[in-house]
Amino acid sequence: MTNVKISNRHVDVYYGDNHAIKDVSIDILDKTVTAFIGPSGCGKSTFLRCLNRMNDTISSCRITGDILMDGEDIYAKSVDPVQLRARVGMVFQKPNPFPKSIYDNVAYGPKIHGLVDNKTDLDEVVELSLKRAAIWKEVKDRLNESGTSLSGGQQQRLCIARAIATAPEVLLMDEPASALDPIATAQIEELIDELRHQYSVVIVTHSMQQAARVSQKTAFFHMGDMVEYGDTTEIFTNPVDQRTQDYITGRFG
Amino acid sequence: MTFLTALSIVALAVLFYNFSRIRAISAANGVQANLHSRPSYHGLYSFLWVFLVGVTALIIGSILTPHPMVLFGVVAGLSAAVGIWTTRGITAETRARNKAERIVTGILWACAGVAVLTTIGIILSLVFETYNFFESLGWRVDKFLFGTRWSPLSGLQDGVMDPDRVGILPLMVGTLMITAIAMIIAAPIGLLAAIYLSEFASQRVRGWVKPMLEVLAGIPTVVYGFFAAITVAPLLRETGDLFGLKIASESALAAGIVIGIMIIPSISSLADDVINSVPQSLRDGSLALGATKAETIRQVVIPAALPGIFSAMLLGVSRAIGETMIVVMAAGQGANLTANPFEAVTTITVQIVMLITGDTDASTAAGPAFSLAFTLFCVTLVLNIVAMRVVRKYREAYD
Amino acid sequence: MISMTELSKKHVSPESAARLKKRKSAQKRLQMLGIMAITISGLALVTLLWSVFGKATGAITESYIEMTIELDADEIDRDNIRAANFSGMAKSMLKDSFPYVSGRTPRRQMYDLISVGAAFELRDMVMENPSLVGQTITFEFLASDIADLYLKHSYGQIEAAPHTGDISLVTEGKVTTIQSSAPDFAPLLVSVRAGLHAKAEGLRTQAQMQENGRVVFDQRAADGEDVEVNLAEAIRRGAARDQFYAQADELDALAAQQGAVFDLDSRTASVFVRVGDSWIKLETISETSGSGEILGEFTQDSYAAADWELMVYATPETARKVSDIQAMLLENLRDADKIVTHFNTHFFTAGDSREPELAGVWGAAVGSFWTMMVTVIFAFFIGVPAAIYLEEFAGDSRATRFVEVNINNLAAVPSIVFGLLGLSVFIGFFGMHRSSPIVGGIVLGIMTLPVIIIAARAAIKAVPPSIRDGAMALGASDLQVSMHHVLPLSMPGILTGTILGMARALGETAPLIMIGMVAFIVDIPDGPTDNATVLPVQIFRWADFPERAFEARTAAAIVVLLLFLFVMNFAAIILRKRFERRW
Ligand SMILES: Nc1ncnc2c1ncn2[C@@H]1O[C@H](COP(=O)(O)OP(=O)(O)OP(=O)(O)O)[C@@H](O)[C@H]1O
Ligand SMILES: [Mg+2]
Repeated sequence: MTNVKISNRHVDVYYGDNHAIKDVSIDILDKTVTAFIGPSGCGKSTFLRCLNRMNDTISSCRITGDILMDGEDIYAKSVDPVQLRARVGMVFQKPNPFPKSIYDNVAYGPKIHGLVDNKTDLDEVVELSLKRAAIWKEVKDRLNESGTSLSGGQQQRLCIARAIATAPEVLLMDEPASALDPIATAQIEELIDELRHQYSVVIVTHSMQQAARVSQKTAFFHMGDMVEYGDTTEIFTNPVDQRTQDYITGRFG
Repeated sequence: MTFLTALSIVALAVLFYNFSRIRAISAANGVQANLHSRPSYHGLYSFLWVFLVGVTALIIGSILTPHPMVLFGVVAGLSAAVGIWTTRGITAETRARNKAERIVTGILWACAGVAVLTTIGIILSLVFETYNFFESLGWRVDKFLFGTRWSPLSGLQDGVMDPDRVGILPLMVGTLMITAIAMIIAAPIGLLAAIYLSEFASQRVRGWVKPMLEVLAGIPTVVYGFFAAITVAPLLRETGDLFGLKIASESALAAGIVIGIMIIPSISSLADDVINSVPQSLRDGSLALGATKAETIRQVVIPAALPGIFSAMLLGVSRAIGETMIVVMAAGQGANLTANPFEAVTTITVQIVMLITGDTDASTAAGPAFSLAFTLFCVTLVLNIVAMRVVRKYREAYD
Repeated sequence: MISMTELSKKHVSPESAARLKKRKSAQKRLQMLGIMAITISGLALVTLLWSVFGKATGAITESYIEMTIELDADEIDRDNIRAANFSGMAKSMLKDSFPYVSGRTPRRQMYDLISVGAAFELRDMVMENPSLVGQTITFEFLASDIADLYLKHSYGQIEAAPHTGDISLVTEGKVTTIQSSAPDFAPLLVSVRAGLHAKAEGLRTQAQMQENGRVVFDQRAADGEDVEVNLAEAIRRGAARDQFYAQADELDALAAQQGAVFDLDSRTASVFVRVGDSWIKLETISETSGSGEILGEFTQDSYAAADWELMVYATPETARKVSDIQAMLLENLRDADKIVTHFNTHFFTAGDSREPELAGVWGAAVGSFWTMMVTVIFAFFIGVPAAIYLEEFAGDSRATRFVEVNINNLAAVPSIVFGLLGLSVFIGFFGMHRSSPIVGGIVLGIMTLPVIIIAARAAIKAVPPSIRDGAMALGASDLQVSMHHVLPLSMPGILTGTILGMARALGETAPLIMIGMVAFIVDIPDGPTDNATVLPVQIFRWADFPERAFEARTAAAIVVLLLFLFVMNFAAIILRKRFERRW
């Protein structure tokens, strides 16, 4: 039995006058992969960023409604976004490795949060994370090279490793595989599947197949509305809304 | 008379402008469409020729300085001759527009060349005097670069200087000490201010602080010099007295501090630029891992911006080294080889000023002065080139 | 084996909360450091402006001494007024007004109260209005810098001290003795002694400093480093040390005088007894009496015994520029309402002068104007075409890139180097003459050129390609597009850059010093080829003058310069705002 990890009620997001998310209510389940799909510009990234309060960094952005994680309002005064983001990790659309060594990129999170207190443990966390992100083999001999010297796909997996190393409870992934080749994509999908046993994973994707492969739940967004939310199999085989059907059958995009 | 001559050139140019125009119109038999180029281009072509030849003749004439009347005659005659030449063969087919445009483009090109000419001029004039000076020293450049005693005029015999007294080491030490003091002030303050402005400050605070820094940057150095000599130096001396330190009224400290204040704005605005050009995605990446803003700045933004910050510092150093007025007014002029910032020291720029404005015969003083300037030019040039390289590499990395 | 789920739990542990607190305070610290950095820069700016403006207030007004003078027709030839000795007349006027000032030195000090320029101003007035000859007129004589500074309290003040007794006078020959019925002079004895001791202490500190220096140079000589120079310096310092000690001992001896009567001299505070306009400068004091020479006219019966003042000038005469006689005369003049202060018109209308009260910035301002004219013509008419060429016509060839690097490097060459370029090319090679705005202007123009080229290129680049394409489509040639479409649109940006470049050139000093624009020039230049100086160089020169009165004038000249810069920058901002375009 899975329970609700993040519960969203009547969430609205505005960028200045632009109403980017319109009254969205959705329950993200624990130990489940949830996929957000929808045409470009429909607000998937925006909604994702609400879940770890990354939108706080955009001054024009305004959010109303309730977002509760484990029953606790994450926008409450008492919640520090810094701490929240340690628990809700995020991987971005475009890879953004720090201009540091590969090792330091991955060790960054554990270090600042003091997750481990000796070098051996840190080494272990780094290795584990790199392995789970399916990049260990490629970089194990060049851990001291700069993270920016990697290829785009490698960089993206490094960023995933970096996010895992911080040991979040929820992992938000914004099109993590858009820069990856099929093999790496398969590895990432494997990772996501494995992560599901411990975490709640939210993934934004433009690939229907990917959504179908990895997710148990799917939400379809359209122009700021969340049109439909349900079991992935249900959404892909038997959508309720015409717009959902049009989208998954490729009639608009 | 020169003015009259110049006026006559303009008058002739205008005259031939109209003359050519009219000739072009008549060549077209009154039907403009027959012409390859519009009449005004024919005019412009003549105008440019007359004007350019006249002005060139005038400049050459001014250097040769013949009798004013002769000059006038030659210049006016030449201009008129050229004018007649340009108006002679005007037909409807004459490609006056292309010809005129080529001349104008040539003029534009020449203007751009002035910048190169300036550099050449600087290098030639510096190298020329430096060469003569080193030659008079019997090519003891080692003594010049590494000698520990600077008092070139005291060892003067028959216009030749004693190689043992032209060592620029004391000047180098003085210059470096003042630069170091300036950078100790300006580097942290400029960098911290830039960090605050680009990462923490609200729009309103920026709106106040930026103009303030611009005002600080716009104050002439002679004003800073006055400030150093009249306010800062006495203040330092009195503070020193309180703590039992003896700070000379002309000290490296006062000059260094004020130069530091002067370069704060340039460092902070350059650093602000490079910090702002660090991609937002890097900041987001760090924040999304639960880093605080400060951690993000210290561990991600600054390392990413480091090359740019480094070159901002280099440019600051280059400005401090080349600063003249503040040191002349506040740092003293004795060439002491001292490591004590509380004493008077002298710098390369101060010595150049002293040599050039001193009582010594200009041709004697020029040698050491231009050699110092050449040294200064080389040092700042290297600093600038390195700084620009680093910045370009840095920009390429993030574009 | 590490379990990531275990690690996850750490995020919500109390240790993590404590850690977060620390991390947050690190953030606060960084923020505080930033605020501090900005505050320090702000404070530096405020201190600078405060000290400049504060010092400049001393030059806002100037003092005049209003006196009646007889323009004796015998002294002035109506047909040749210029030849008359107005300065002699002014002196004899002073002599007549203060007949009790006698002796060479006191007289000279009295004459020094009015500026040497006052007689010329009187002459000019009479030449303008010859009917004044033969009349007795009231004229405001410009006060000298010393008198002006005294009147502005820059040298301290003569101040009244409390007294209770009645006095009686006994005159024997030149010396008059004042006997007070109370011990009115007793506190003065104490403070004068204390002052002497303090001064002696100061001298001993200075002696100690000389001694420290001597040891250093002695050591250097002993180390065999420039032996003769260092030894000479050590000996000089030793002599200075001994001199300071000797002076200190003398002061102490003076203070230690025993007995009822204490001798005052120029190293102690000055003490006066004043009755009406007349003063007695005391040379000796005891607790109840003092004696000295009378300056003025008063006799036993011309005063009431209780109606006197005890005056003290705490600064010893040797430590100030204004003498006792001058101070007394100025006090009398002030009490007689003969001192007039006006707005300092000399400062704004005159050229340079060695006399502070006659020195003004007008000459330098006009010189700056001509210089800037040359600069702007040179830099603008070469810089803008150069920018057009580089932006519109030059391809991305190696030559173009070379020119670009060149321009960027030129922008960072120390200004003094441009001065040397000017010196060797324009003065040395072309033989143009020093201190003319034309040479200075060209040198500054060369210096400003890169600034203008860079600004103009940026402005040209900001014109959107759509405008270019539109014009091209109408069949205009490259040149026509640049001249008729791109240039007019980028003009506001170019002008803004030009003004800012000019503002920088206006404050530039070092290159002008190199080309010899530091001469002492009194006349106002009439054109770019006249001898001239410029504002920043004027500031530099005045800052170096020893006269105290120049300090305020230097500061005031800085204020004038800053004002010009402010106006230029303001104009640039307005221009940018007005023509700011969003394409
Ligand atoms: N920083 C921002 N400032 C202002 N508006 C924004 C910002 N970010 C996004 N928007 C607007 O919000 C809306 C949703 O954008 P969002 O990035 O969430 O779309 P998306 O679904 O992630 O699209 P894509 O699939 O292309 O990534 C868009 O209209 C976009 O213009
Ligand atoms: Mg997106």
